[in-house]
Amino acid sequence: MINTYEIMETIRMLEAEKLDIRTITMGISLSDCADSDGKAAREKIYRKIISYAGNLVKVAEEIELKYDIPIINKRISVTPISLVAAASKDSNYVEFAKIMDQAAQEVGVDFIGGFSALVHKGMTKSDQILINSIPEALASTERVCSSVNIGTTRAGLNMDAVKQMGEIVKEAAELTADQGGVAASKLVVFANAPEDNPFMAGAFHGVGEGECMINVGISGPGAVKAALTKVKGEAFDVVAETIKKTAFKITRMGQLVAKEASEMLGVKAGIVDLSLAPTPAVGDSVARILEEMGIEVCGAHGTTAALALLNDAVKKGGVMASSHVGGLSGAFIPVSEDAGMIEAVEKRALSIEKLEAMTAVCSVGLDMIAVPGSTAPTTISAIIADEAAIGMVNSKTTAVRIIPVPGKDVGDEVVYGGLFGRAPIMKLSDYSSNEFIARGGRIPAPLQSLKN
Amino acid sequence: MKAIISVIGMDQIGIIAQVSSLLSEKKVNILDISQTILDEYFTMTMLVELERLETSLEDLKKDLKSKGDELGVSIKLQHEDIFRSMHRI
Repeated sequence: MINTYEIMETIRMLEAEKLDIRTITMGISLSDCADSDGKAAREKIYRKIISYAGNLVKVAEEIELKYDIPIINKRISVTPISLVAAASKDSNYVEFAKIMDQAAQEVGVDFIGGFSALVHKGMTKSDQILINSIPEALASTERVCSSVNIGTTRAGLNMDAVKQMGEIVKEAAELTADQGGVAASKLVVFANAPEDNPFMAGAFHGVGEGECMINVGISGPGAVKAALTKVKGEAFDVVAETIKKTAFKITRMGQLVAKEASEMLGVKAGIVDLSLAPTPAVGDSVARILEEMGIEVCGAHGTTAALALLNDAVKKGGVMASSHVGGLSGAFIPVSEDAGMIEAVEKRALSIEKLEAMTAVCSVGLDMIAVPGSTAPTTISAIIADEAAIGMVNSKTTAVRIIPVPGKDVGDEVVYGGLFGRAPIMKLSDYSSNEFIARGGRIPAPLQSLKN
Repeated sequence: MKAIISVIGMDQIGIIAQVSSLLSEKKVNILDISQTILDEYFTMTMLVELERLETSLEDLKKDLKSKGDELGVSIKLQHEDIFRSMHRI
């Protein structure tokens, strides 16, 4: 029998340290729903989502009961809608978002991702229609999430798309001005977007994926922090080992849930995404892990190195624990969703420049950052370009989820509640990037040799 | 299925007796039992077999929870695989 200490360790991780399965995300291919009649396509989409995901919530609840593991969200990701809707003659895809929202509501999932387009090299007519539809689509739905991939290491950066996305982010925020610009929090602009990511808002079901897959996203910053409190003052070798061991245990739990869910649903298991995804709850913070390593307040010098160690050790521990690790695996640093990050921003210890540096060594990027509502679209585009350049050059995923909060300025705060938390408005550069963004065109793919 | 029941709380007379009589009522077979004091808390873990369980898993968990509330301890029931997957390769 498993001994008492081991049992208690697991229970403590789940209860005191807030270890949870963040999401079971069902990826569904909608490729076969294309139709020259938009309405017919949407009916096929609705029927397909209901038939595949009808039992998803029920199965997740049964797993919660059986193992006493909290499963925070149940989600769906679908084929990028710009591909599915391309065959239709529609000149606006908002109705596609609405049908996704309805289907999500019907099956009871928290979010549905895939109102997406992949435009890293160029844009099809359909990609353009989708991008133009994003602000209204996000403002008029509740659960739909959207993402646009504007660059890859192999294709370079599509700066025409970058320019447009600055405007789209701004418009999305303005359309939901009465809710703090919340629509922008459901929109991610990616470089090197993964096709199997279960986390929102960036989840979509890539074209290389199967008909239907189960991807599990697991989280546990609290468990990692608790493990590190036991090795206070020890050398980094010990810190890395401790994180790896904890990450291994956490990922094993994710693997178990992924296997169980895929068997119960009769759907292939895709990947386990081991990401330290914080929530605003006390004790569920990535910033606190960095502080546990000896940084007085997250953002002080040394933060980037601490995060690099954390991100790498999490992956190393997770890889052996699961047959297929994928998605975004690593450490997330969403400002509004992490109590420690919020505090660091309020103490002026953490700036957007430091966050940008941190994204060079961890998963994702500038995430859930609230900025003044008066921010120029070209400034947002330039932030996207900077972040995408980091991803492109370092062959990693980076993303920008930034919210220009209408009517708010530095010193104010915006509160979203739930998993989205609250965010102090961050200061950006006072200087313009207008002429840089106005150029358009493409930034060529970087050289993969002569690494300096 | 096999599950682990864990009981954590302040020590008092009769915890084991009360929990095991509830289990026998529900036709839950106890395979192994271990008890210790961890960080000043009474800690008991039981490996149980639920093949002959006469209620649903959900109801059994509810009954255990209300028994725990009555005794002022926390009682959890979890499929043993969660522990096995985490702690055994």
